[in-house]
Amino acid sequence: MGKNIQLDSHGRLRHFLSIEGLNRTLLTEILDTAENFVSVGNRAAKKVPLLRGKTIANLFFEPSTRTRTTFDLAEKRLSADVLNININTSATTKGETLLDTLQNLTAMQIDLFVVRHSASGAAHFIAQHVPDSVSVINAGDGRHAHPTQAMLDMFTIRKHKEDFTRLRFAIVGDVLHSRVARSQIHALNMLGCPEVRVIGPHTLSPSHVEDLGVHFTTNMEAGLDGVDVIIMLRLQNERMSGALLPSKGEYFHYYGLTEQRLKRAAADAIVMHPGPMNRGVEIESAVADSGHSVILQQVTNGIAVRMAVLSMAMQQSNPEGA
Amino acid sequence: MKILIKNGRIIDPANQIDTVGNLQIVDETIQPLSEDFQPDQVIDASNRVVCPGLVDLRTRLREPGEKHKGTIRSETHAAAAGGVTTVAIPPDTIPVIDSSAVVELIRHKAEVAGFAEVIPLGALTKGLEGEELSNMGGLKQTGCNTVSNARKPIRNSLVMRRAMEYATTHDLTLFLHAEDPWLSNGGCAHEGSISTRLGLPGIPDAAESAGVARDLILIRETGVRAHFCGVSSRNALQMITQAQQDGVTVTADVAAHHLYLSEMDISGFNSLCHVQPPLRTERDRDGLVEGVRNGTIQAICSDHQPHDEDAKAAPFEETEPGISAVETLLPLTLRLAKDHDISLSEALATVTHHPAEILRIDAGTLSSGSLANITIFDPEAWWRVTPQQLQSAGKNSPFLNWELQGKVTHTLLNGQLVYEAR
Repeated sequence: MGKNIQLDSHGRLRHFLSIEGLNRTLLTEILDTAENFVSVGNRAAKKVPLLRGKTIANLFFEPSTRTRTTFDLAEKRLSADVLNININTSATTKGETLLDTLQNLTAMQIDLFVVRHSASGAAHFIAQHVPDSVSVINAGDGRHAHPTQAMLDMFTIRKHKEDFTRLRFAIVGDVLHSRVARSQIHALNMLGCPEVRVIGPHTLSPSHVEDLGVHFTTNMEAGLDGVDVIIMLRLQNERMSGALLPSKGEYFHYYGLTEQRLKRAAADAIVMHPGPMNRGVEIESAVADSGHSVILQQVTNGIAVRMAVLSMAMQQSNPEGA
Repeated sequence: MKILIKNGRIIDPANQIDTVGNLQIVDETIQPLSEDFQPDQVIDASNRVVCPGLVDLRTRLREPGEKHKGTIRSETHAAAAGGVTTVAIPPDTIPVIDSSAVVELIRHKAEVAGFAEVIPLGALTKGLEGEELSNMGGLKQTGCNTVSNARKPIRNSLVMRRAMEYATTHDLTLFLHAEDPWLSNGGCAHEGSISTRLGLPGIPDAAESAGVARDLILIRETGVRAHFCGVSSRNALQMITQAQQDGVTVTADVAAHHLYLSEMDISGFNSLCHVQPPLRTERDRDGLVEGVRNGTIQAICSDHQPHDEDAKAAPFEETEPGISAVETLLPLTLRLAKDHDISLSEALATVTHHPAEILRIDAGTLSSGSLANITIFDPEAWWRVTPQQLQSAGKNSPFLNWELQGKVTHTLLNGQLVYEAR
């Protein structure tokens, strides 16, 4: 990935664009830092003054509820001033380019941008065009990366399973269109997981998927055999019928996570889903609501992990550290 | 006006000449050497190569239609600076080249600018829409002897068959950009491990292969004289090679950047490497180089596509494809010769004599009596590709900051010096 623009000259986090290009030490630092922030959420006064006086712009070119609200909360708990900009209804539809929008906002002396965009590479592009003192955090770009989501999943996994180097993983579903899956795969490999399996029909698996460092199988039963963590991916409505899949029903028949299939996995396996779930399409309600499911914890942990990433990226912008 | 080019290494692939000597020009043409020649001007070409002016099979001038990216004047000037004296222009201008009026407009503006000869290629279908045949007979009368649908697909195979039959009726050569649009499906990068990693929508190898396969079947059936533009995959090339071995009259070219770059170069979302067809695997690239070596690919072209800055300043998949390339065509061709042990004369044939033959025009040679379109270059001189160095209005080159060897010092068009390096 060419020059590593994510790190400053001291190897500290400057932008958080993708898991690729980082290293195990940094990922562990993010998880450890997040651990410290969990308690903030449990306090009566849920605020720390770490980013007081900093201005953060949440630039969302694509609709989002969960990611945007957890970023918003994380920023406010760090005492930053927050600007939420929903670009769907803003200037770009009137012909202003992404670069124009960015330059206008930069002129308002924003310290950090959180960006979501439908084009792969958008966060990299923005990071290449902001002034030196400004940081960029990727909140999802096209099919490329969603690194904070992957990190909150790693955080949740670490809560339940201590040692990544002894775990087997299955990622099930639409990897082809999933930025979450790509970031999870890189994070798992970086944290030393010995086996990551991707399960799905050929139509939903990208070409050369094995080159990402995974084993691929089309057989759900075989793929789940003995795994410790099952990550279910969301199937977008528009992909449920047509040339990729014949129907929701057939998808559930072959790849839906049922109680029956869950028995194939390790007895203490956990089930994750980045949300929002399609019950009865990817996952049976009984499984989603069972003791194996950690889906709601993922949401809670999202705030602490995002606080960690924000504070680390901003620490970098204070030359001698905060 | 009489010009003497003296003591140059004269390389004329068409006549299999590679010798140190002189060239005499009287007015517009090259003349046989004579003892008592009294030149008005002498160009010392010692330690330089003197070759036919380059013929580029694909140069977008951006005019008419997109003057914010380049003009006939700016881009033919860039061509002259790159040693290119003849440029073939794909018909996807705005409006498209489907009438004598557009043909005449382009020729007239090029003549006024005076930097290079232009060969407008006629549209194969009306508006390049791929549905109705263009007035090919009329285009032929204005002097177009080649037609093309540029990169616009002809989805309906029956239309393609009829177009080939009709082109044959008027003795036109057909330039094809073979691609199955259903398979390419709006992709922007070669489908493979890199596009998967970057999350970019892929264009599979099969898109090109399926397009070439259909077109070859119809070429065999209709007997049309056809040329495949910008081959990018080893599999597609294999099918073309097979057809050539079977005696089908079909030729092929490759864009110079496909001989140097691969999918690896888009890592980091480098939009300067966003091209159509996409940069493919290193194995494909090696296959294309081998195709040039063994002659199944007859010509190398620039596929020049100058862009304004905005066109490349966006996330990768939202940028416009194409490279400003006419000024790097010669040095990249020279480098190919050096890297792969191809003689200078054979390498230069792919950018002079061969493309001229494909276009069926009288160019690309230094024969006595032919028009004095001549390029003189220093084969040893190194230069760094920089935005300031490029004469084109488009600075969108993935070779920026590369050091390239081979620098044009003089370009002559019809006996006139149209470029001289400072």
